[in-house]
Amino acid sequence: MKKGSYKKFPDKNGNFGQYGGRYVAETLMPLILELEKKYLFYKKDKKFNHEFSKLSKDYIGRPSPLYYAKNLTEYLGGAKIYFKRDELNHTGAHKINNCLGQVLLAVRMNKKRIIAETGAGQHGVATATVCALFGLECIVYMGKKDIERQKPNVFKMNLLGARIVPVESGSASLKDAMNEALRDWVSNVENTFYIIGTAAGPHPYPMMVRDFQSIIGKELKNQIIKKENRLPNSLVACIGGGSNSLGLFYNFLDDKKVSLYGVEAGGKGIKTGQHAASLSAGKPGVLHGNKTYLIQDNAGQIKEAHSISAGLDYPGIGPEHSWLKDTGRVKYVYANDKDAIKAFKICCKLEGIIPALEPAHALSFVLKFAAKQNKKHILVMNMCGRGDKDLDSIANHLNIKI
Amino acid sequence: MNNNRINICFSKLKKENKSAFIAFLTACDPSFSMSLKLLKAMPKVGVDIIEIGMPFSDPMADGPVIQRSYIRALKSGASLIKTLNLVKNFRSTNNITPVVLMGYYNPILQMGLKKFINKAKASGVDGILIVDLPPEVSNELSLELSASKIDMIRLASPTTTLERMHSILKSSSGFIYYVSITGVTGSKINKILSIKKKYMYLKKLINIPFVIGFGINSPKKAHEISRYADGIVVGSDLIKEIEKGIENSSNIFNNVMSLVKKYSKAINK
Repeated sequence: MKKGSYKKFPDKNGNFGQYGGRYVAETLMPLILELEKKYLFYKKDKKFNHEFSKLSKDYIGRPSPLYYAKNLTEYLGGAKIYFKRDELNHTGAHKINNCLGQVLLAVRMNKKRIIAETGAGQHGVATATVCALFGLECIVYMGKKDIERQKPNVFKMNLLGARIVPVESGSASLKDAMNEALRDWVSNVENTFYIIGTAAGPHPYPMMVRDFQSIIGKELKNQIIKKENRLPNSLVACIGGGSNSLGLFYNFLDDKKVSLYGVEAGGKGIKTGQHAASLSAGKPGVLHGNKTYLIQDNAGQIKEAHSISAGLDYPGIGPEHSWLKDTGRVKYVYANDKDAIKAFKICCKLEGIIPALEPAHALSFVLKFAAKQNKKHILVMNMCGRGDKDLDSIANHLNIKI
Repeated sequence: MNNNRINICFSKLKKENKSAFIAFLTACDPSFSMSLKLLKAMPKVGVDIIEIGMPFSDPMADGPVIQRSYIRALKSGASLIKTLNLVKNFRSTNNITPVVLMGYYNPILQMGLKKFINKAKASGVDGILIVDLPPEVSNELSLELSASKIDMIRLASPTTTLERMHSILKSSSGFIYYVSITGVTGSKINKILSIKKKYMYLKKLINIPFVIGFGINSPKKAHEISRYADGIVVGSDLIKEIEKGIENSSNIFNNVMSLVKKYSKAINK
């Protein structure tokens, strides 16, 4: 790897610059050290990688297509827009890439009980799916508020055999589900594997989740070269914890001519204080095992995040993003609830694709940005999830009864 | 050995062949004044060391009782500054009983490590225990602490190996806190006998006092464990009395103190 490469992080202690690390209670330390050891071993194991590739292809349906969004491109009259279609994956989002990797690791570590946290329910569904596939017990922690607004995914998880534990503490959303999952893990250390759904948490999770998701950018590189015979000018992805965006960006970090844009959830607007834009409006702190940008008050108490999208409704962000922000390699912007809904509607009508609310945030940025670029500019956005799960929320927002 | 309050306390108890009774209270639950009143009264009925919880919005190692306690405290306006003021007020009437602050890293980080330690020193804090700061990530704070002579109390748990115990010891002083069970605060202890085995296994390496906490929810269990442990931490069970007091509008102070007396008696039996 080249000197000065962005890809050589984290260091051996899990640090991305000053971010990352392992801020966990002593009881969990031996567990995450063991997990790191096992991951580093299997990462290089031929059989492991073979099984991961085979199931990625046959079970998830990879590679996901790279689609030229002609109508949208013509409508905006600027950059040539492509969608990386990870919403076509089995279970409807990018989340399953990571779940597959982690469950293969869990099986090899002889853990029979899987726990996970979920916000929008996409990670919960993906975890429940791989647990069904491997015959493992699955417990999903989900905020009570999210259970209300993501009913289809709750039903799916039940069908897949998972047990859902409603979390009522704190803001009853993703952050609190993660607290509860960590409490479960510390209580069931012997038999339990915690599948974290985003590139956050104590080392090695941010690295491991990024690695499993980096298949997105790897495929994209081949696909875009076949179609355009060159690299894109810009990549765009939405960010909650940051796993789909890192998956898209990672293989392009050292291609410095490729501009990278991460779109956070601006909620009702940054000024209202009701948002989930930790990078745009937060400051560095420690939560859930890592040092990273957090939405917090001056006394260091974590504030509730807000977003119409349950999957972005988190007051933190993966530590690698914090570092990529400080180094300036990735530009971080945000889109408000209203803008995301607007982009959502345009995408449905123009492209015949019903996006999840999460990538609708990325799309909202694309609408503004692409229009200002010339026609030679190639932009790729990660369509990281499909909108089925959000129909209730959107109908609600539009005051429509379904 | 430093001639500080923690060391003096344990040396004295050792001479008397007694375990330390360490009582945990959340700062400002339900109010600053009630916390202060309880702090002042507890040493008079046999509490040897006081642990004060620094309220945090996301206490990932705590069970429901302490979670609710932190929420109540934050609602009543708790902050790190107020916690330090509480210790300062307590110190104006008691210069003997050691005080250990227990909590999570983020509020301290936001105050600034240097500022926090200076204020803690000036307020009369003897030790700090930060749940989510294992030795691997505590270099910055350890450097600041060593000059202040405030003890860095660390946790050991049933998952701690002997090898790890060595590295924990290297960066600890005052005492080591053994988490009796794999679980959160206030969990149930199922096998009280197995605690002793693992405690003794680690104890042979430990040259400073080694106390036991988590899940000690009855004076009977406290008595059982006090027969071999250097100290016993009681937290959630005391906090429950505060909760009960709020729910049925009974006298919080009397409720807590009467339970503290029962523990004190059981531990010193």
